[in-house]
Amino acid sequence: MTDKPERFDVIVVGAGPAGMSAAYLLAKEGLNVVVIERGDFPGSKNVMGGVLYRHPTEEIIPGFWREAPLERHVVETQTWVLTEKAAFKAAHRHEAFAQEPYNSFTVLRARFDKWMGQQVRAAGALIVPETVVEEPIMQGDKVVGVRTGRPDGDLYADVVIAADGVNSLLAQKVGLREKEIPTNEAALAVKEVIALPREVIEDRFQITGDQGVTIEMYAEATWGMVGTGFIYTNKDSLSVGCGALISQLVERGVTPNDLLEHMKSHPVVAPLLEGGETREYLAHLIPEGGLYGMPKLSTHGMLVVGDAAMLVNSMHREGSNLAMLSGKMAAQAVLRAKEWNDFSAESLAYYDQLLRDSFIYKDLYKYRNMARFFETHPEFFGFYPELLNEACREMLTVDGVSKRSKQRKIFWDALRRRMPWRMALDFYGAWRSIA
Amino acid sequence: MLHVVVCIKQVPDTTQVRIDPETNTLVREGIPAIINPFDMPAIEAGMQLKDRYGATVSLLCMGPPQASEALQKALSYGADRGVLLSDRALIGSDTLATSKALACGVEALGKEMPVDLVICGKLEKRRIRVRRVLEGAEEVLDAPLPALLTVLKELGEPRYASLPAVIRGLRTSIPVWGVKEIEVNTDEVGLAGSPTQVRRIFAPPQREPGEVVSADGEAEKIANLILDRLIEAGFVEG
Ligand SMILES: Cc1cc2nc3c(=O)[nH]c(=O)nc-3n(C[C@H](O)[C@H](O)[C@H](O)COP(=O)(O)OP(=O)(O)OC[C@H]3O[C@@H](n4cnc5c(N)ncnc54)[C@H](O)[C@@H]3O)c2cc1C
Repeated sequence: MTDKPERFDVIVVGAGPAGMSAAYLLAKEGLNVVVIERGDFPGSKNVMGGVLYRHPTEEIIPGFWREAPLERHVVETQTWVLTEKAAFKAAHRHEAFAQEPYNSFTVLRARFDKWMGQQVRAAGALIVPETVVEEPIMQGDKVVGVRTGRPDGDLYADVVIAADGVNSLLAQKVGLREKEIPTNEAALAVKEVIALPREVIEDRFQITGDQGVTIEMYAEATWGMVGTGFIYTNKDSLSVGCGALISQLVERGVTPNDLLEHMKSHPVVAPLLEGGETREYLAHLIPEGGLYGMPKLSTHGMLVVGDAAMLVNSMHREGSNLAMLSGKMAAQAVLRAKEWNDFSAESLAYYDQLLRDSFIYKDLYKYRNMARFFETHPEFFGFYPELLNEACREMLTVDGVSKRSKQRKIFWDALRRRMPWRMALDFYGAWRSIA
Repeated sequence: MLHVVVCIKQVPDTTQVRIDPETNTLVREGIPAIINPFDMPAIEAGMQLKDRYGATVSLLCMGPPQASEALQKALSYGADRGVLLSDRALIGSDTLATSKALACGVEALGKEMPVDLVICGKLEKRRIRVRRVLEGAEEVLDAPLPALLTVLKELGEPRYASLPAVIRGLRTSIPVWGVKEIEVNTDEVGLAGSPTQVRRIFAPPQREPGEVVSADGEAEKIANLILDRLIEAGFVEG
């Protein structure tokens, strides 16, 4: 072939929300951007639940929600605490969430990301699908390009943005993070898309039009392991999934598939799914390391964004929005570096600074101890949910016993099972880890 | 120079297409579009002719505007150019009308450079010699050019395109030709030019699994069993 390797301003590795956000903003500023994606098309490898928040997405593409393929806007958020036979449910619905411009949406990423890919292309970036990046090309300690698996597959650029997701080969190979994620810093999640007629969904979840509901489930939903289960309503399907820390799955010898089947058969979950036909089955890792799991974010010629940088707030199921915003900050740092024609580690550290000054860092800081805490306090996924559900049952059962004696019984039963000072410590610890 | 036209088509990824059991229509929404897998060997055939005889390879595709993606991808295997036939008047074309439009497209391409060979999926110098694979035998055929060939998947998948070729393919903007450019009569294409009409699409009913009879060993016993069945079914007179 006569083609010479071309030089780009920016190479983005990975067409997930992080990479596409960076590529979109940089291409709009006129930079020559190429995105390398191993999947058939953007979104083909994405497994998100998923709830997409409007506000952060508008920071990338203002007004996106008027055109993008979205499923439903979320009007109601439910949280369930499950035990084997019971569920304690909390729900919040607000009229405000049913009004434009809406707060959040359920999406099927394969559709949404494909649309976003079109916007990225329209902005002038090139998306090269079905191409795997195998390693960074280094010159000393500088990243100067990437080597892909295709013949004549080397590409060079001023800066590489590693948006290659949770296993980030690039961050590993450049030495910004450890080789493997520790198994207690990643959850393995599985998800099914279950088709159901629109009317059935609207009926079962008490919604009309394009309104949607999200349900987050704890405790028995993951067999008492640290993790969550979820059901999100799409137009004519449900996204149903769950995930737990890999270390705990391994310890218990449970496969994620067992876990999902267990959750789907729970007496309060099963009726919602009844009659549905499973259309897709997907599995993916979620980084749970939080602040302590965060790698070094930049070096000579390279920035790390999104899941590759472990930017997930598992408390609030925020991953894609942190990915998009980190992509935006990376784009800002690259634009500044371009202006100064300086792609050194010092110049690109502007990205670290932007991230540290943002709510992303503050939120991750706030929950920095949460993962460790819950990992070492299984009672929050077994004993306390049981206590809560049994207390409710006691109070709601009319059997000739006075309410006051019932309260006393609940109180003393609890104390018999766990020392009061332990309980005090548990809750103090839990509060400290999320407050 | 040898000018080869390869016809390709963009189709929904059949591994993901479902038929809605209620409405009996194809559920295409959200299903990725790909190059028809049967066309991949045709592309490879074109590329082999290019490698061996320095052929100029043009790609021709009829479809909606977004089918240009298929052409861009096919270009990355090394073809010289791609043309998309896309026009409102072509919508609803059946096999006959599509063939008509493609034939006119080939003719239009031939005005720029005479076409020697057209290759289609699943369906070579001044004369070509081809080896046709038959069951258990091979047939060698000679034909004068121009000719139309169809190739089977035995010919092989296209090579893994190089990165510069992929990038070049993605950068190429695909010219779109309508009925005017290919000079076709509008009542010979589209719905108007299509004698076949789709009445109904339905999923074939699930076939009942066949009866499995087990009779170990004795040939005579098995033979009698089969005979009984055949008589029962009325295939053999008792
Ligand atoms: C089951 C589940 C549910 C979730 N639910 C939610 C939710 O409701 N809300 C939310 O905000 N977040 C959710 N998340 C998290 C969210 O999906 C991620 O945080 C987000 O996708 C991260 O975006 P990203 O661009 O950093 O990485 P990714 O989306 O993982 O994208 C990385 C891309 O890089 C590509 N790639 C990787 N390596 C290479 C390589 N070597 N060469 C070429 N390409 C490569 C991949 O194919 C992929 O397309 C969920 C995650 C899971 C698993």
